[in-house]
Amino acid sequence: MTGTDLTPADLTGPRVWKRFTPRQSLVRFLWYLGCVALFAWSLSHLEIPWFYFLDAHEQAADLLTRMFPPHWDYGAEILDPLLETIHIATLGTIVTYFIALPVAFLAARNTTPNGVTWLIGRFLLVASRSVNTVVWALIFVAIFGPGPVAGIWAVAFRSIGFMGKLIAEAIEEIDQGTVEAIEATGASRMKVLLIGVLPQVLPVIYGTTVYRWDINIRESTVLGLVGAGGIGIELYSAINQFQWADVSVILGGILIVVLISEFVSAGVRARIT
Amino acid sequence: MLKITDLVKEYPNGLRALKGVTLTIADPGVVAVIGPSGAGKSTLIRCINRLVDPTSGRVVLDDMDVTALGRRDLRKARRRMGMIFQEYNLVERLTVMENVLSGRLGYVSFWQAWRRRYPPQDVAAAFDLLDRVGLDGRENTRADALSGGQRQRVGIARALMQRPDLLLVDEPTASLDPKTARQIMRILVELAHELGTPALVNIHDVHLAQSFADRVIGLCDGEVVFDGGPADLTAEALTAIYGEEDWSATIRPADEDDENGENAAVAEAV
Repeated sequence: MTGTDLTPADLTGPRVWKRFTPRQSLVRFLWYLGCVALFAWSLSHLEIPWFYFLDAHEQAADLLTRMFPPHWDYGAEILDPLLETIHIATLGTIVTYFIALPVAFLAARNTTPNGVTWLIGRFLLVASRSVNTVVWALIFVAIFGPGPVAGIWAVAFRSIGFMGKLIAEAIEEIDQGTVEAIEATGASRMKVLLIGVLPQVLPVIYGTTVYRWDINIRESTVLGLVGAGGIGIELYSAINQFQWADVSVILGGILIVVLISEFVSAGVRARIT
Repeated sequence: MLKITDLVKEYPNGLRALKGVTLTIADPGVVAVIGPSGAGKSTLIRCINRLVDPTSGRVVLDDMDVTALGRRDLRKARRRMGMIFQEYNLVERLTVMENVLSGRLGYVSFWQAWRRRYPPQDVAAAFDLLDRVGLDGRENTRADALSGGQRQRVGIARALMQRPDLLLVDEPTASLDPKTARQIMRILVELAHELGTPALVNIHDVHLAQSFADRVIGLCDGEVVFDGGPADLTAEALTAIYGEEDWSATIRPADEDDENGENAAVAEAV
């Protein structure tokens, strides 16, 4: 059709344009309907006792008055457990670094030796990630007894999956041309990994390590609830004894530590090139 | 001496990139491989050091049948073949010196490579090569801070660090501007002649091939359709390689010197 034989608008009316066809509109409407149904189903299934919430605002206000003023003298006592929390996170992250790196190379398609090793790598990542840090802590408290050692291993076992997955993804996205060039020099497989692959993923390795350390500090604060060391023990006993003025000090301490770790982590990651 | 016999490469998707290529490179010098995109130039070069495994046929370097080697022997064979790439393929986050020395990876141990403790004679050779390619003083610059032309100079130095018996060069100038392209070709050709290393160079630019090669091989649809001197590249030959086209502007008169060629290249770019 050429420009001249277009039908004049005054004969057929203006041309109509719609973003969606009727069929597309119907499908979109059904998706919305599905979401609402899901929401309704979840809410009805949980049988939430709405009655209890009638005075929730009063309870919250009451709790706040009991938490203030915070029991500042208690602050000196939690310095040591707070430090222990940081140390658990740090040691757990270091352990993770040495385990996650080889696992990542196994789990990346372009560096794994064969299909079996790839499956092993992927399985380790999924296994690590499917169990929460607190659950790992329960398991390691059973093995090592209560204390920070259980906490370190709990942190490490949960972090392997996180770091391993991100590093493996980075390995799969490297420039394969560089690898080809190193292979062409006659370098062995290990030397190709060392010179051709590792430098390309090093920023991701450093970045995820620091990021995970930051997450691990937050996760370590609750490990004490199950006896795996750190500030969580103090928090647990303070809540159990209704020492709300102590609880507010602990929460404040955790907040400060988390803020500092996030600041450090963000600063380090911004400097990695 | 490189002897290629009946080389066939069929990719898993059924594409027959090479359909029985036979050629011999006996003399040191620069052999340009020209041909349209998809003619099999890259596949040919990659089959020689087996970055791509050929489907059938033989590649024999001196007395060694490269196509028959196991993994370990293949690595030893690759040490004798330096390769230069279109996209340079440097390790971007490593320094110029680390990239050049990576040409010795086939000879040093893993721990030497890890600690970057290369033998002193390798380091000395690397410094010499950096001088030769015009990068003296840049040894500690990171590769990602270099321009395209500078990166390709590093690529050349890395390949020559292997002290290869054969240079495999895949479109060395396709990502460079015309002037840089000529500079890179000049360095490459000078060094190949000086070291007496035969070089097989895939190249898109017929002008460059004519100016710098001692011999030109035309590849079309996986087959050798031309093999001769740069002066033999007539309009008929180019038609056989690339198909019908008006070639009068492309063919360089035999008496035209390099500088005119350079002007022509610049004019093309404008």
